[in-house]
Amino acid sequence: MRTNEKSRASATLVTPASAPVRRTPAPPAERMIDAPPFPENVKNYINNEQLRANMRHATHTIRAKRSAVAAELPNWEELRTAAEDIKNHTARHLDYYLEQLEANLIKNGAQVHWASDAAEANRIVIALVQAKGVDEVVKIKSMVTQEIELNEALEAAGIAAWETDLAELIVQLGHDRPSNILVPAIHRNRDEVREIFLREMKLYGKAAPEDLDNDPKNLAAAARLHLREKFLRAKVALSGSNFCVADNGTLVIVESEGNGRMCLTLPETLISVTGIEKLVPTIADLEVVLQLLPRSSTGERMNPYTSMWTGVTPGDGPQEVHVVLVDNGRSKVLADTTGREVLRCIRCAACMHACPIYERVGGHPYGSVYPGPIGSALTPQLRGFNSAIDKSLPFACSLCGACAEVCPVKIPLPDILVYLRHRVVEEKKRGHLGLEQTLIGFFGWVMSKGRRFGRFGTMAGLARRVLGKEYLRSLPSLGKRWTASRDLRMPPKSSYRKLWKKRARRKGGA
Amino acid sequence: MTSKKTVALFAICMNDVMYPQTCEATVALLERLGCEVVFPEEQTCCGQMFTNTGYHAEALGSVRSYVKAFTAYDYIVGPSGSCVASVRDQHPMLAAETGDKVLMQAVAAVVAKTYELTEFLIDVLGVEDVGAYFPHTVTFHPTCHAMRMAKIGDRPYRLLDKVEGLTLLPLAEYDQCCGFGGTFSVKNDVMSAAMVADKAAEVIKTGAEYLVNVDNACLMNIGGRLHREGSAVKTIHLAEILASTRAQAGS
Repeated sequence: MRTNEKSRASATLVTPASAPVRRTPAPPAERMIDAPPFPENVKNYINNEQLRANMRHATHTIRAKRSAVAAELPNWEELRTAAEDIKNHTARHLDYYLEQLEANLIKNGAQVHWASDAAEANRIVIALVQAKGVDEVVKIKSMVTQEIELNEALEAAGIAAWETDLAELIVQLGHDRPSNILVPAIHRNRDEVREIFLREMKLYGKAAPEDLDNDPKNLAAAARLHLREKFLRAKVALSGSNFCVADNGTLVIVESEGNGRMCLTLPETLISVTGIEKLVPTIADLEVVLQLLPRSSTGERMNPYTSMWTGVTPGDGPQEVHVVLVDNGRSKVLADTTGREVLRCIRCAACMHACPIYERVGGHPYGSVYPGPIGSALTPQLRGFNSAIDKSLPFACSLCGACAEVCPVKIPLPDILVYLRHRVVEEKKRGHLGLEQTLIGFFGWVMSKGRRFGRFGTMAGLARRVLGKEYLRSLPSLGKRWTASRDLRMPPKSSYRKLWKKRARRKGGA
Repeated sequence: MTSKKTVALFAICMNDVMYPQTCEATVALLERLGCEVVFPEEQTCCGQMFTNTGYHAEALGSVRSYVKAFTAYDYIVGPSGSCVASVRDQHPMLAAETGDKVLMQAVAAVVAKTYELTEFLIDVLGVEDVGAYFPHTVTFHPTCHAMRMAKIGDRPYRLLDKVEGLTLLPLAEYDQCCGFGGTFSVKNDVMSAAMVADKAAEVIKTGAEYLVNVDNACLMNIGGRLHREGSAVKTIHLAEILASTRAQAGS
């Protein structure tokens, strides 16, 4: 059980003598999919006061920024609807648009690769890097490469992948995992970042200045110097994409720091790995999504850097461009007419920033690179419902609806989660009957007849008469989960149904 | 009011068993406003505790009993944002899952006549000042399902605003979930506990005598926490405030 992020991070520095020498900082050893069920995993994080404070500060700040800039646009709702339509249309005709994208990429000098799963995508990327005869690459922040665990696959092949996004760098040097899809180091504060930089940078390249303080400006400067030598050395860059325009073969990356622009322009070879749901049909569609994404994510009117590239431009930028189109479960999700609405996601993170549950523990307890509401709705569908964590994720939600309210592509997240709960339960029903099913089955029977429910009310009233208390402070079994933190109000002696009957008799007699 | 409206009370299962005073208040209020109120005895529950836990087949008994209880009436009024939202959003889905066309049509018809209490007061009866008197300080927690699923908007505030003697104190973080979430409170007990502790703390900070909202389930959660902490803040359903009159206070 993990209780302290910091002690875990430093513990991983002790490398056994027999282990092969790593090129990059090792992430946590446990596989995400082996995480305990969400309610159990929450216990490993929720009492970490530092984490709670960091998360609360970060989510509340970004939440306020988002709602301020969304409110500025009089046509915000129309933009959301337009984006919903664009993404739905693209998904319905994905076969057509994917082939159109491929043809246009090839026409413009890019090479296109298709990967049905993570292993195939990783094999393709490793072979491409090895063909260039290099043993290191620079990387732009990319969720799909986190999803397919590309960095570790590269490491195993003797290739060092250096994260160049500031937050991803903090995560990588911290032997950590991202806890947010937009702000991967959202769970860290500046003091922790300083510690990580001082401890780790010197092991993997240019050391941080010894007198480094916790001023964000100085932390960014240390990162800039550390990364600069990697940018200048790199022959190959890896990226994802925010959008792929099918009818002209243009890929789009939006970012804040300029590290992406460096990766997209300096190295000779660029390999872009992208999920097949990232397509939009035409360049005009960017007008909609590029208004929604920055406002929904960082809460900015426009992101500082928007890079677009179309295959190879002779004499300018990378002269060898590859695009790896990754399925990894997406076509399976697309086949589910209810569940597929999650494929509209443009990875803005507004849902997690709005989520009261995510706010209290961050992304790690979700056991997925996609945490929060979208993670709970997307991850089990992508990975299948086989692991304990994936079966628990659809229930990691109080159905408050704050996420659906802010989603720029109008994914009805609570509805999807309720639907996925049904899928989990249907599967569970094939196994043995547990306490939950017995109770639910009993109440389902009670609630199917007014008279039965009336009798239940009478029994509840009798319980009150016997116990004679207005509140119970402790209950056994499942009830303990309620009374551990709050008292249980007891029913009064008479249900309303009884009172109504008495009243009707009184009236009738009057 | 031109003609006397007959209203079928959708009592809400939790109110029926745990909070009959909310039902009594709803009936008293509607009668005071000139409605005739009936209580169809076939009613049970909206079924969301089954639906939201993943048990759709088990929820169908509730859907069918709702249709049976309320089909005959033009106005079905429930003092709960959450349960009215469940009837509106989930009953059509559950009926569609059965493929039973007759049930689907019956559900669609009855859903269209279902109102949350504040919607019925303002949109159908056209009243904001219901003649209530409640000389206390209160703070209002707009429950998630009332706000985002039933979308009742500012109706509760408009009604509270007209209550004589009442002082409404602002609740910080008012739009944050209290952590109830039905079976979420038991399945994700540790998370739920953290959420309700924060909500109770904000309620206490207001200094109000009463915490009011339109969903007793959330009040049971927050109230249970307030009671555990030994707080003097009382919980009360909006219907009970609206039913209170100067005559009662004087007696």
